[in-house]
Amino acid sequence: MKQILKGGRVINPANHFDEICDVLIEDGKISRIGCDIEDAGADIIDVSNKIVTPGLIDMHVHFREPGQEAKEDFISGSCAAAAGGYTTVAAMPNTTPVVDTAAIVRSLQRRAEECSCVHIEIIGALTKGQKGEELAEVGDMTEAGAVAFSDDGHFVKKAKVLLNGFDYLRTFDKVIINHDEEPSLVEDGLMNEGHKSAMLGMKGRPTVAEDIAVARDIMLAEYADARVHVAHISSAKAVDIVRQAKKRGVRVTAEATPQHLTLTDECVNLYDTSTKINPPLRAQRDVDALLAGIKDGTIDAIATDHSPHAEEEKDKEYCYAPSGFPGLETALGVLLTELYHTGKLTIQEIISKMTYEPAKILGLEAGSLEAGKAADITVIDPELTWTVDEKDFYTRGTHSPFVGRIFKGKAIITMVDGEVVMKDGKIIC
Amino acid sequence: MGKNNVSLRGKNILGLESFSPEEISLVLETAQEMKNIIHRDIKKVPTLRGKSVVNLFYEPSTRTRTSFELAGKYLGADVINMTASTSSVVKGESLRDTLLTIEAMGVDAIIMRHKAEGAAEYATKVVEPVILNAGDGAHAHPTQGLLDLFTIMQYKKKFQGLKAVILGDVLHSRVARSDIWGMRKMGMEVHLAGPKTLMPRFLFEEPGIYIHDRIEEALENADVINCLRIQLERQKAGLFPSTREYARIFGLNDARLALAKKDVLVMHPGPMNKGLEISPYVAYGAHSAIQEQVQNGVAIRMALLILVLTGGKNIEANS
Repeated sequence: MKQILKGGRVINPANHFDEICDVLIEDGKISRIGCDIEDAGADIIDVSNKIVTPGLIDMHVHFREPGQEAKEDFISGSCAAAAGGYTTVAAMPNTTPVVDTAAIVRSLQRRAEECSCVHIEIIGALTKGQKGEELAEVGDMTEAGAVAFSDDGHFVKKAKVLLNGFDYLRTFDKVIINHDEEPSLVEDGLMNEGHKSAMLGMKGRPTVAEDIAVARDIMLAEYADARVHVAHISSAKAVDIVRQAKKRGVRVTAEATPQHLTLTDECVNLYDTSTKINPPLRAQRDVDALLAGIKDGTIDAIATDHSPHAEEEKDKEYCYAPSGFPGLETALGVLLTELYHTGKLTIQEIISKMTYEPAKILGLEAGSLEAGKAADITVIDPELTWTVDEKDFYTRGTHSPFVGRIFKGKAIITMVDGEVVMKDGKIIC
Repeated sequence: MGKNNVSLRGKNILGLESFSPEEISLVLETAQEMKNIIHRDIKKVPTLRGKSVVNLFYEPSTRTRTSFELAGKYLGADVINMTASTSSVVKGESLRDTLLTIEAMGVDAIIMRHKAEGAAEYATKVVEPVILNAGDGAHAHPTQGLLDLFTIMQYKKKFQGLKAVILGDVLHSRVARSDIWGMRKMGMEVHLAGPKTLMPRFLFEEPGIYIHDRIEEALENADVINCLRIQLERQKAGLFPSTREYARIFGLNDARLALAKKDVLVMHPGPMNKGLEISPYVAYGAHSAIQEQVQNGVAIRMALLILVLTGGKNIEANS
């Protein structure tokens, strides 16, 4: 089967390619990218005035399998991914049980094979049960195909355990992804510590908790000459700590989320738990610093930290609700509306940090458009205006702070291995 | 309808942030009328006859719950007390379902005390009856804020230009937050002092608030002092070294009281830790309005119930 994506603006960050041309897809693979491709036997998909990019990659999602299927599972999660334009996601291991053995990694891969309409990569736990005490069998999990290791959701409290992880993983060349908030400083904290938390009487989660955690992890990675990735960076100082480390040649990378790039703690209100996330929404100076970090390459990737919860879990008093909200179906809309159409970031910058860069961090084949590669492709209509409605979500998660917002820009086709799995917002697989 | 066409009918009483000075004045004027009723031999008017009010308390309380209950009863309303420990809450019922259950029984107002900041505001999104916040976490305690203002007005006859000092654990205090809103709206200057570990770090960014390192500095020329309760658990959490040291360096005693104006008014929201944040000599001394605050609490809560349930017309109707 042959298909031609005709007349789109093709953006491929891997080789800084940005031209109006055609993409020929044959047997699930990209066979040619060029001008005026003619092929009598091919289906033509007209994508003029649209943007054709490598399939989006989200290196930070919570798909909740196994054990927390009321929040999300591989079916609802992968549909949400495809709806948002993502062709590959990497699932975090803070599940029940925790993904901390090769057996669980393999079973999840099989499950993804069976039921997912996008590629699901598995991130293994760094420590057994994510308890931060003993290394999990990361070698075994690497051989089973785990793409990275993380105790996400928890800070690795013991420096020695993290250093062991850095040293041990040298053999396997895998990155450790860290959730950086020093626990004693954020205990029971509900929102950013700032003027707003002071006036609301809500316990704060100070930026310094993130700053010292990022600093410690970078010092340890530098000492071990190992790779470390800072998940959902949110504080201005932490961005600068990463920037300085990169200048010294430390092998550190970082990701930021659409929410931390566009929202502040000013949007927290007491009755709506959708703004409750960890790390919390910060101040405007932090948002500005994140944007500068994206611009100068300090922040490598944009990831959603897609964290769905069941309706009954989020419909609670603020302090009792779990942290996180689903982000896969809103990410592109947020980024294009708030950062691209406002001129704060270029389309190339946004696409690169959602495709090529995360692929590089995780060592994935995906993330670029190239003859011979799998046809994982996203078509974006940058001008499409749409309203975020929870009822349209494929994710089981509810309570997104973006609900009700009007966005400009949306993925209209998601193609995985040459098969169109989403068209005009509807999953068709 | 009150003066200047101000009405609180149907208004949820969540915090003083959303009150205008005129609305506050209306509550205080109405409370004065209510206080006269409390002083009668037969403390009962039928204004709220046929209205039902639920006291929904998720946290322990003596003053607030009892005074709301008496306030309702003095006005002829039927008042039911629900405490979390003796209700379906212990079976795991969610706040939404508890509220819906109470609403379905046909109540007119729900008075709510809850440890979660925002619980009362959440309730307004779930059910129709008027919600009166009787304290939500460290966020707000509007009826306390109003009774503090009522007490100040009783003794000082004005607000404009008065220097108020709030002492102690501002960090965990919903009383402090309601006072901060209420006092500023009425033209008072708000000074805060206490250990820095009990002071919200970024509160200084809020206009009209002065934060002091030493309480002596704050107390100079004070017209009103509100001494907050120090919860003993805070010491275990390492927020100050010992109760002994707290009393010695941050406690309100006669020597420190002498720094304030001669006619300074001393308030405390209770319950007090005498000998810790306040010395018994100050608590029971000539400047103390602490007992008066309790009676004023009943008057304020009567005023609020009347104003939100009837708009305040014909208070003595049918009597």
